[in-house]
Amino acid sequence: MSARNFYIDPSRCIGCQSCVQACSECDTHRGQSMINFDFIDRPESIGSAAYVCFHCEDPTCAEVCPADAIKKGIDGIVQSALDPRCIGCSNCVIACPFGIPKMKVAQEQMMKCDMCYDRTSADLKPMCATVCPSQALTFATPEEIARTRREVPTNVFYFGDQKVVTKVMMMVPADVEAMSVDVVDYMWEPQS
Amino acid sequence: MTRKKPDGSEPLWRDEFSVRAEDERLVTRRQFAKFLTLTSVAMAAGNLWIVVRAWLRKAPEYPRVTVASIGEVPIGGVKLFNYPTPNDPCLLVRTDEQTHVAYSQVCTHLSCAVFFNGESERLECPCHRGSFSVADGSVIAGPPPRRLSRVVLERRGSELVAVRMEV
Repeated sequence: MSARNFYIDPSRCIGCQSCVQACSECDTHRGQSMINFDFIDRPESIGSAAYVCFHCEDPTCAEVCPADAIKKGIDGIVQSALDPRCIGCSNCVIACPFGIPKMKVAQEQMMKCDMCYDRTSADLKPMCATVCPSQALTFATPEEIARTRREVPTNVFYFGDQKVVTKVMMMVPADVEAMSVDVVDYMWEPQS
Repeated sequence: MTRKKPDGSEPLWRDEFSVRAEDERLVTRRQFAKFLTLTSVAMAAGNLWIVVRAWLRKAPEYPRVTVASIGEVPIGGVKLFNYPTPNDPCLLVRTDEQTHVAYSQVCTHLSCAVFFNGESERLECPCHRGSFSVADGSVIAGPPPRRLSRVVLERRGSELVAVRMEV
């Protein structure tokens, strides 16, 4: 296993989508990108965010899978749904607090980022981190990150009452210890 | 997530269908294929070992035992003897002036003792009515699966000597 870890910093994302392209060039899922790429507020902002699976310690996607198709390996990487088991129910897609799993309807299988475990197990960078020009997606040691960034990494997230600890680190301001995401706060509500 | 019961234990289904690959106790296809392959290899090696052992096995040595003297047994008469060990009953039949034949007395069906029936001129087993040819010991009727073991006799002067068994 690699001594390096994955760091995501959406504030560095310039929206070039190199990661999306690099991911889709992988032989294991050629033509299908596992990067989750979003424009934050397209009409008002140029802000964009590319992110990969956070590989939770207790992966919600796997917890809710009725077919026992999603497995977390000893390397801590949560894999795509096993092809012979996945029934295409989309429970994982709905359950994941980060919105990572992607349902491939044509092949009736959920596929998601597996952090290029074929590369990372050989201590190579994942495809996306290899190409990201602004290093919004970085595969580096904690020392390198501490030396080169103002932000600090965290891997603790709160979604309402659910605490999620992840393998992938999110860069946050130095005074923030854990990301708290109040999902309901972001939901559209009718103006009275 | 409400993962645990109030007493801290996890429900059985979660233990049996763990999210973590290393906790999975179900047999995977690869494990099953490996099991099949290794078992097949073991079976093949075992069979090979049996074949090699059969090749290497030496022919058993038989003692030379004097069974009877010429003229001791009348034509159509029988003499019982033990060959090759004292625990292997055999019988000698004189079928005509010149011919003596000898067979193991153990029926090849369920090991009852066969006897010579002078009327039918067959070796017969009383247990399940198996009968064998007196000429070569082959099965004529009944359940025995193979012929009687034959005792090979040699004539030494006026004596009949058992030399070996033909299984």
